[in-house]
Amino acid sequence: MYAQLVKTDGKGVKPLDEMTPEERVFQQRIDDDQKIEPKDWMPDGYRKNLIRQISQHAHSELVGQLPESNWITRAPTLERKAILLAKVQDEAGHGLYLYCAAETLGISRDQMFDQLHSGKSKYSSIFNYPTLTWADMGAVGWLVDGAAIMNQVPLQRTSYGPYARAMVRICKEESFHQRQGFHIMMKMANGTAAQKRMAQDALNRFWYPSLMMFGPSDKDSVHSAQSMAWKIKINTNDELRQKFVDQTVPQAEYLGLTVPDKDLRWNDETGSYVFTEPDWDEFYAVLAGNGPCNKERLQARVDAWNDGDWFREGLLANAAKRRAKQGEAA
Amino acid sequence: MSSSNQTHSESGASPFEFLLQMGDNCLILAHRNSQWCGHGPALEEDIAIANISLDLIGQTQLWLGLAGEVEGAGRSADDLAYLRDAFDFRNLLLVERPNGDFGLTLMRQFLFDAWHLPMLKGLQQSTDQRVAEIAEKSVREVAYHLERSSDLIVRLGDGSEQSHQRMQSALDELWSYTGEMLDFDDLSPTLVSQGMVPQAQGIAEAFNQHVSETLQQATLTQPASEFVRRGGKTGIHSEHLGYVLAEMQFLQRAYPGATW
Repeated sequence: MYAQLVKTDGKGVKPLDEMTPEERVFQQRIDDDQKIEPKDWMPDGYRKNLIRQISQHAHSELVGQLPESNWITRAPTLERKAILLAKVQDEAGHGLYLYCAAETLGISRDQMFDQLHSGKSKYSSIFNYPTLTWADMGAVGWLVDGAAIMNQVPLQRTSYGPYARAMVRICKEESFHQRQGFHIMMKMANGTAAQKRMAQDALNRFWYPSLMMFGPSDKDSVHSAQSMAWKIKINTNDELRQKFVDQTVPQAEYLGLTVPDKDLRWNDETGSYVFTEPDWDEFYAVLAGNGPCNKERLQARVDAWNDGDWFREGLLANAAKRRAKQGEAA
Repeated sequence: MSSSNQTHSESGASPFEFLLQMGDNCLILAHRNSQWCGHGPALEEDIAIANISLDLIGQTQLWLGLAGEVEGAGRSADDLAYLRDAFDFRNLLLVERPNGDFGLTLMRQFLFDAWHLPMLKGLQQSTDQRVAEIAEKSVREVAYHLERSSDLIVRLGDGSEQSHQRMQSALDELWSYTGEMLDFDDLSPTLVSQGMVPQAQGIAEAFNQHVSETLQQATLTQPASEFVRRGGKTGIHSEHLGYVLAEMQFLQRAYPGATW
């Protein structure tokens, strides 16, 4: 979801007998569900892969503030404004936990920002879609946070301790976000004709991009096999997507909204919904930078960083002065 | 709309108008600050500024809620926030100033906080119990706002050459807007004599002392000009407020009667 298409450097999972003794002990610990901590030995591939995954997740929280902050100043009531502010603040907080978790693997926040700003490191494709009406604040909470939770709940059991612990805190707050999103949708779906139209329009636009959040099918991917062996990925993308559809379709029905998939149907045998896959060409186009808001989102982050240069420099200069004064006093 | 005995008159602001001043200051400053969400110079600042906006929106709900109650015309805090035009707003000109760079935003916050805290401390003693209760609820949040903004003013003022210059020019730009806060009871002598609001003099002294100490630590120079820009408290605003309201009130105006 927040980390789509994270590639490993390896060519697949090494069989135990090809592993070095260190690697074997490491894999054994993971198989025994022990947590790996920052000072423990770990294979380079594990470290690199985790850095990619956690930083991509952190960037998603950071960039994910933008589509929602787009509506803070236009929130329709003081209470809705307060809730949205709290939510965007939580997202910045999630970014902070995750950057800190990634830092324990030996990369700095500044380096991760450089990678984001240069386009080397990605963030979730969903945030390259625009938020056009107030109902989008509902759809983002309901669908986007709903898909995020689907992915993050299992990650609370991920093998890397700092990541797993960050996920526990994040999941608690995400559940609140999803509920408030659904509440906005309920108000809109039961509101005036204009509000109901906004709600349906938001579902139409966010449905397939939400399904894309889980990433393309990875059942045959060597990268995913390795990530799963390391328990930094717990379920396949298809499993999570199916679970999301099965959970969300009845909610849409409850709201009286129509999922924009004319082939959607319940399959009695599998006990789950059959649904139309999203347009993966569109997904790759968005990932390549051609989504509706890629340019604006990244530019907003680059501008924030560049415009804040003097601020960060000023604080550093002051800290240096204080240290110098303390040195004189000592 | 408000009846004639509740608008500004020769005896000064009515209790209703005074409550609007308190609430509108919080609302408009929260709006300005919230424009920074996701665009701050550091992740920690994004979090802090969202948090301050959130506090101020909470305080807006309390002040405007009470204003509606005192007015007695059945208007809720949301009605007052979303369905008044600019000339019925009573906020200070200072808080509607555009954000500019982060330094200007911080300086605006600092100057406001330096007034807001002693004002709330004074209001804790208000003879109107409802006012005292809101002040009591808000004062701890605002003490933190002032602590943060003062700390950053000192660090950036006494930081790099560039940060010093930016903070000095922010101070120079905003200074003439501070006087409007300090002649607070020019508008409401009746409210002061009734003990509903504190004497302006005490607030001004606390403001001046904190500001001059902080600016000194920050190596910034307090502008000598005594020119004061006024108007916000009598509803004569800058051109900026109309745009703030156009944005803020869009949904309520475009879809009248809908609930959200």
